[in-house]
Amino acid sequence: MAAYILRRFVSTIAVMAMVGIFVFLLLRLAPGDPAAMIAGKSATAEMIAGIREKMGLNDPMPVQFIRWVRDMLGGDFGTSIFAGRPVLQLISQRLEPTISLSILTMIVSVTIGVSFGILAAWRAGGLVDRILTAFATLGFSVPVFVVGFFLIYLFAITAHWLPVQGYKPIDHGFGPWLVHLILPTVTLSIPYIAFIARITRASMLEVLSEDYMRTAAAKGASSYSMLFHHALKNAGVPILTVIGLSFAGLIGGVVITETVFNIPGVGRLVVDAINNRDYPIIQGVLILVSGLYVLINLAVDLSYTLVDPRIRY
Amino acid sequence: MLMQKSAGNDVLLDVRDLETHFVGDESTTRALGGISFQVKKGETLGVVGESGCGKSVTALSILRLLPKMNARTVGGEVRFHGRDLLELSDREMRQIRGDQIAMIFQEPMTSLNPVYTVGRQIAEAVQIHTKASRSVAMAKAQEMLRLVRIADPERRVNNYPHEMSGGMRQRAMIAMALACSPELLIADEPTTALDVTIQAQILRLIADLKERTGTAVMFITHDLGVVAETCQRVIVMYAGSIVEQANVIDLFARPAHPYTQGLMRSVPDQRRGRQRRLPEIPGIVPSLREPIVGCSFAPRCPFAIDICREKTPILRDVGSSHAAACWRAEEVMGA
Repeated sequence: MAAYILRRFVSTIAVMAMVGIFVFLLLRLAPGDPAAMIAGKSATAEMIAGIREKMGLNDPMPVQFIRWVRDMLGGDFGTSIFAGRPVLQLISQRLEPTISLSILTMIVSVTIGVSFGILAAWRAGGLVDRILTAFATLGFSVPVFVVGFFLIYLFAITAHWLPVQGYKPIDHGFGPWLVHLILPTVTLSIPYIAFIARITRASMLEVLSEDYMRTAAAKGASSYSMLFHHALKNAGVPILTVIGLSFAGLIGGVVITETVFNIPGVGRLVVDAINNRDYPIIQGVLILVSGLYVLINLAVDLSYTLVDPRIRY
Repeated sequence: MLMQKSAGNDVLLDVRDLETHFVGDESTTRALGGISFQVKKGETLGVVGESGCGKSVTALSILRLLPKMNARTVGGEVRFHGRDLLELSDREMRQIRGDQIAMIFQEPMTSLNPVYTVGRQIAEAVQIHTKASRSVAMAKAQEMLRLVRIADPERRVNNYPHEMSGGMRQRAMIAMALACSPELLIADEPTTALDVTIQAQILRLIADLKERTGTAVMFITHDLGVVAETCQRVIVMYAGSIVEQANVIDLFARPAHPYTQGLMRSVPDQRRGRQRRLPEIPGIVPSLREPIVGCSFAPRCPFAIDICREKTPILRDVGSSHAAACWRAEEVMGA
């Protein structure tokens, strides 16, 4: 196991190097000159050239790349072109709302998605199953921003139950924090609930027809024990996989949700940075998110051993 | 060696006119056509027949373990201690399963849950039916593993099924089934998936444990050799019906149904030598989707005459505690 984790970390280095080259080139080769952007519309050619020189944009690409990597390893992700502050600092300021939203979304998606999936498999072909299938199809098909605006209209503007937009940090109190996150969490959770429920249902259905389920019934096990004790653990590997995928894929949905609900998180930071061609921020976020992906994948692979004793690393 | 045991007259399980259907989208399969038989306390009853004759469906109908989606037990009674199991609530039925009636299955490789230790799975049966704590139940599991002669039970109790051989898994299944000392053990082809040498060991184990615990056994098999070794009484099934019923000695001495005779001829016999091809019963098992007119075996039967194709024979006595569903049973026995 330890050897496996070590091997995975070594291969992570290779993956991250590829990601690094890609991120670096993507933004260097994209149209638009950051120096001209910083200087503004009325800048002279000399001013732009000066800025280019100061930012090191005139050096050969490999030199720029090596300098960039070396700085990152030292914890320096560069300085925002617009804000003029270190990228890492800007990101960490925006981390709390994003992490809050992501974790709440995962908790809601996993509990509801897995429960729905189990219920649908248990009564496959029945009314509950058909309602859930319809819901899952709908949840997949309707875009996050449509659901978001619809919920805002219903629960905030019409019913006045919940705030329309915005975010309250958790140190201003748990209540206000939670109240502001309810609508964004529900909005963002719907497609993940649908996704997780579908996979859970399929995986459970397969397990429920296994011989050992009949053995459990022959022992006198209750329906509850059959479903949650005997079946769920066997159905666990595909479910853990989609939970991992969902968590890793959350960042895309977070960007849109944060924009719809005006939450000052990392997603909004990225959107603003892209609009401003603020290269260092975009690069910093991409690298950190890629690193997170790799770690989540490792965590998912390791979690398989918890549900299936036949999996050994 | 056959052991002639005086089976007590007390009836443990009394099955009457049990009829089970499989309902499909287009047709209904009459898997069990209303069968009646009894299992007496402490006896071993063999249930023989080829694949698809309704042996397993009988067992699963008794325990109500057939998939609810498409299987319906549409008629009959299953009397156990005077109570009709078909009338019980799901909860009452669960209290009987694994406690008073236990079952072991054909496939030891897939019948154990792969993600829990064998010990835990045996302990579960104990915990469902008694108020035993986890540690007491695990101690019982270990004791059961010793009883089924698994070496090193202290270690094996913590093994997962994939860490055991097929024979060992079937022993563990037997340990699980017997953990609550059931009055009836239904063994559905328990040795079919195993090597011949392991088969013999498992058969001996079941016979020994039965002797020791007094559990009645309903032994489902397609193997007449196994029947001869383990059973006192036998029912022979064909196309969802019982075609012959007898004690084991009478059955082998004077089979009264042509189907039973056919089955016996297709058992390898060393005296006949190895060169000759084994005789088989010509033809195929009839489809149970359409109603069968006459005797279901008639199309394959060397004795068939006109009446066989027109009227369905019912089970009738052809000797003391020997019954057959054949119009020409007497001639068949004489043949």
